[in-house]
Amino acid sequence: MMTAKAGPSGEPAELSDRQHLSRIGIIWLVLSVVCMALVYFAWGPHMPPGTDSVQAKGQQFDNTVLATVATPVILFIWVYLAYVLINWRVRADTPVAELRDGPAIRGNLRFQATWMIVTGATVLSMFIFGTYELVKDSGSGTGSGQAPIWTPAGYSVDASQNKLLVVQAIGQQWRWTFRYPQFGGIETSQLVIPAGQEIQYSVTSLDVIHSFWATNLGIKADANPGVNNIAFGQATKIGPIDIRCAELCGVWHGAMYATGQVVSRNDFQTWIAAEQYAHKDLITFLPPYADFYLPQSDGGFYDPSANPLPNPPGPTPATSPTVIP
Amino acid sequence: MATDISVPASLDHGTPGPGSAAGRNPWWRSGNIAYGLVGAVIGYSIGHFLGNWIASGYQQVQGSGQNDLALVLGYLVATLGWLAGLGALNYPLQKLVGIQVTSEESEDIEHRKLGAYFKYTLDHKVVGVQYLFGMLAYFIMAGLFALVIRSELLSATRHLLAPDKYLEVVGEHGTMMMMMMTSAILGPFGNYFVPLMIGARRMAYPRLEALSFWITPAAFVVLLSGLLVGGFPTGWTGYAPLSVEATMGQDAYLVAFGLMGISMIIGGFNIIATVVNYRAPGMTWMRLPLFVWAMFVTSLLMALAAPILVGGTYMTLMDRTVQTALFDVNHGGSSYLWQDLYWFFGHPEVYILALPGFGIALELLPVFARKPAFAYRTAVAGMVGVGMLSFFVWQHHLFASGMNSDMRPVIMLTTEMISFPTGIIYLTAIGTLWRARLRMTVPMLFIIGMLFNFLIGGISGVFLSDVPTDAVAHGTFFVMAHFHYTIMGGYMFAFFAGIYYWLPKMTGHQLSQRLGKWHFWVLFIAFNSTFLPLFAIGELGMPRRVFEYQRALQGLNDWVSISAYVIGIGILIFVYNFVKTVVIDPRTPLAADTWGSRGLEWFTSTPPVATNFVHIPEVVSGPYEYGSDAGPMAVLDAGATELRPGATVHEGN
Amino acid sequence: MTQIDDSKAQLGLPRSGRLALVTGVLVVVGAALAFTFAYLISYPSTVVAAATASDTVVLQSVGAIGLGNHPTWVSYMAQENGNWVHSTVLTVPANSDVHFKIYQYDSGSPLRNPYMDQVAGTVGGTETLNGQVVRIVNDNADGGIGHTFAIPSLGVYVPMPGISSLQTNACSTPVPCATTFDHNTVEFTIHTGAPGTFTWQCFVPCGLGFLIGNGGPMSTFGYMGGYLKVVA
Repeated sequence: MMTAKAGPSGEPAELSDRQHLSRIGIIWLVLSVVCMALVYFAWGPHMPPGTDSVQAKGQQFDNTVLATVATPVILFIWVYLAYVLINWRVRADTPVAELRDGPAIRGNLRFQATWMIVTGATVLSMFIFGTYELVKDSGSGTGSGQAPIWTPAGYSVDASQNKLLVVQAIGQQWRWTFRYPQFGGIETSQLVIPAGQEIQYSVTSLDVIHSFWATNLGIKADANPGVNNIAFGQATKIGPIDIRCAELCGVWHGAMYATGQVVSRNDFQTWIAAEQYAHKDLITFLPPYADFYLPQSDGGFYDPSANPLPNPPGPTPATSPTVIP
Repeated sequence: MATDISVPASLDHGTPGPGSAAGRNPWWRSGNIAYGLVGAVIGYSIGHFLGNWIASGYQQVQGSGQNDLALVLGYLVATLGWLAGLGALNYPLQKLVGIQVTSEESEDIEHRKLGAYFKYTLDHKVVGVQYLFGMLAYFIMAGLFALVIRSELLSATRHLLAPDKYLEVVGEHGTMMMMMMTSAILGPFGNYFVPLMIGARRMAYPRLEALSFWITPAAFVVLLSGLLVGGFPTGWTGYAPLSVEATMGQDAYLVAFGLMGISMIIGGFNIIATVVNYRAPGMTWMRLPLFVWAMFVTSLLMALAAPILVGGTYMTLMDRTVQTALFDVNHGGSSYLWQDLYWFFGHPEVYILALPGFGIALELLPVFARKPAFAYRTAVAGMVGVGMLSFFVWQHHLFASGMNSDMRPVIMLTTEMISFPTGIIYLTAIGTLWRARLRMTVPMLFIIGMLFNFLIGGISGVFLSDVPTDAVAHGTFFVMAHFHYTIMGGYMFAFFAGIYYWLPKMTGHQLSQRLGKWHFWVLFIAFNSTFLPLFAIGELGMPRRVFEYQRALQGLNDWVSISAYVIGIGILIFVYNFVKTVVIDPRTPLAADTWGSRGLEWFTSTPPVATNFVHIPEVVSGPYEYGSDAGPMAVLDAGATELRPGATVHEGN
Repeated sequence: MTQIDDSKAQLGLPRSGRLALVTGVLVVVGAALAFTFAYLISYPSTVVAAATASDTVVLQSVGAIGLGNHPTWVSYMAQENGNWVHSTVLTVPANSDVHFKIYQYDSGSPLRNPYMDQVAGTVGGTETLNGQVVRIVNDNADGGIGHTFAIPSLGVYVPMPGISSLQTNACSTPVPCATTFDHNTVEFTIHTGAPGTFTWQCFVPCGLGFLIGNGGPMSTFGYMGGYLKVVA
């Protein structure tokens, strides 16, 4: 490595480059081993977003891996800066006339090459790891567009062949509602899903951009108007779901949250039957299920051209039953 | 290499060139701020009238009770009126109608009289000082908005502000910081020091440079005036179609951002042309100071990225005023379009907000380490690489959007690749610090603080570049903490380092180092105490820009808010220091080369004479040849020896 | 390293003059800031809408408020001590049945999401529309839905039909509207729980002249949205 033994000033012999390097290296190595172990084994299992779903668990693992890899990088810079500040300082108020220069080291090919190879290799392995994880379960919780190419088993673009339970999350200013096309297209204000089953979240919006974020399930997909943004998830633990809007959507964005439940498959059947019963009159007013619904810019509802509305009950609007007791 | 060109004849004799008042303008052409304000008022009235005349019958104007066109035209014509009143249009209009302008610099006034700082002026040093004061004012105003945000977030469910007012404040803070602060370093230090550091007497396009500054107060006032018409609910990212739907304050955002875009474009072109053409003899590209390289790459980014922003704001204004449907999905528009346009500008922009910080760090490290910049060429390549790569990563802002989802691995790769050239900046920093003779002066404290903060910012960015971990962090306070670490912790710390380092050169006054240390330590500790918990808050489920959040997060949020107030105290210490030592009790450094730098900017008097150098220096070695026998960086003509570094010269002081 | 240099006047002023200048600038800037931030933390006035024994909140929704900065915007008036006040900040008692009576004078439109045709979150899951107890209102029928009174965090969604196109005696400004004008009367009861501040809003895209109808009054506090302050 660098060979200068002492500054040009001819001070008493200092430590050699190698000695300095090995000191820094040993401190860094010890700290890194300890901290990496702590990050991976002690902190990792407690990292967000938890373990409520396969996706959340995968993201937790990714967070843990990235944090573990980042630890020695951060520590190297910190240890190095601390070492410099402790060992190679002169008084800050040294008069200009008394300043003496350090060694004129303009570069060091070996060091530069090592640095670049290490950073390059780290970057590449991060990319490979990230892509691998993206294609796997942990990445499937992000919105993957209308026609995702990495899909879980059972998924099919053809709705009649699709074996996944489909839940449509509809964002509008400023609330979330959910539709279940496989159960008559009923709409609910709570997201209830069975545990242990792969779910297809079809996220869309009726007005501006929202982002569907089931915080503890590791699902995040933007809701765009006119777009069916698909994400996949499999909840593993029975318990509550916390849903927030993660894209600024206007004045009540901060209050745009929804709740939900992960339940057993039996409870899910019971719940959805009850919902179907409770909304049996309402269902005739809802448009047929569609991938997305185009809002009218003049303040209307589902675009009739995209989704022909069911005939309004009664012969003409003026005399039709406008209310149901 | 470069030869000295196009020095006006008047300059060759050492007479005050741009400062000379060769021909006085008639009163109605001698622009000043008062005329500018009058012009703005008249312009606004004309524009408003025009807008009403055109659009008051529009259905949507009558329905909504608001005429966006009148407001937009009012803003635009007011800006023109402001510039006309300042005299910025005199020269181009005279040329346009064929009037021969006899003296190139006839509009200028004598250098460094107080009045010069309140005028449209062609001296890049005056513009630099104007920028410095302007940027500090914008920064402090935007910072106060941040404190209002933190006050609202003191409680999970009780509200200091109404939700719409809260979003107005969020938008004002974010936009003011992100659009005005693009020029926080390039404006004051780039404009002031690029010519000095390359041995030039002037900028290539002094009129464009002055224009780039005088647009900023217009943009600032327009942006702030948005509060009067209901603010804008979109935050600084201005996503459509929310921005199309929003109330009139959105026009203020769009016009202001567009104006700043124009300011960035012309300011960037000026520096590019200056660096390419105006280098002193012997100032080869590989002798260019790293700060100048950073300014050069930043200017390239500005000139190439900002037009996309201007186009985007123009399209949104069209949607809002004359009912085009570029972002309206019902009529063939797309909600993705703005996101793409915006981030195609926005991602280079965040490097516009990072590279100048790198530049200052790499410029100051050799001075205070008394060592050559380590791996200079690699560092240059690193900065250019960051600049180039920044155009290829914008879709990582859209990982969850559902657009182009099969492209995500590519964007992931390009995004993670940015850590490679950014790592080179650290390579140069740590190489320069090796066996340094390090003086921990106040500027150096800020640089070390910056290296510390930016590291956290950069590492946290890896979590955002990786799709699965971004699924958690996207749209949350994690993102917000990440970019505050890079921009506030990196860029603004470098900005303060620049102030402490260069203010003696700019004004002849040196800020109190004792107060500077207080400023640093309070800011550094409070900054980390504010933004480190925000990573956790975001990961634990708190989206950005919300006025309500989980009660469980209130403790952390309160901690953050109180730390944010302490940041305010840190800034107050700085303001006190600045005002006291610059205005009230001026302190003059004992030596002209306060820090013992080799840099070319110290080869002239303090503050520099109007022509920068009495004689153009000839550069004979690189700027960082500490510890070598290279001798001084430049040789001055005989007779100019009194201006060598080390000589105590005070002028105009 | 430095010396105090007070021999020459800075800015052409003696030290006392410079101090006065700085103080003056500080005062002006401080006043401007105080004004700005006072504006930002200002609220519409709060109406104690249900402090009386009957616990009835009486509101009216009008097509154009006719006053203030945005006279053409739709908004609510609230009754306080028998007087109509333009406010959307309502104070109601905690842990009790609060009765709402809303006079709906505005015309309507279809809902963006007809899911909100169904009343939710009220006692019994119903509302009383012009004396008739109903669960569902057809937003696609004549008149549509004028507004929905919704408190999302309490799960309350009450559709309020717009006045029919067959009716001709619509109320226009000045507000408040007298009951002689065409209107629908909607009544419902909600049970308030623990104290807290809850947001309430409208889900009908009623911001006339704004893209997708959700700008302007829909996005401005004090018009189509407000707080329900539940106090002990």
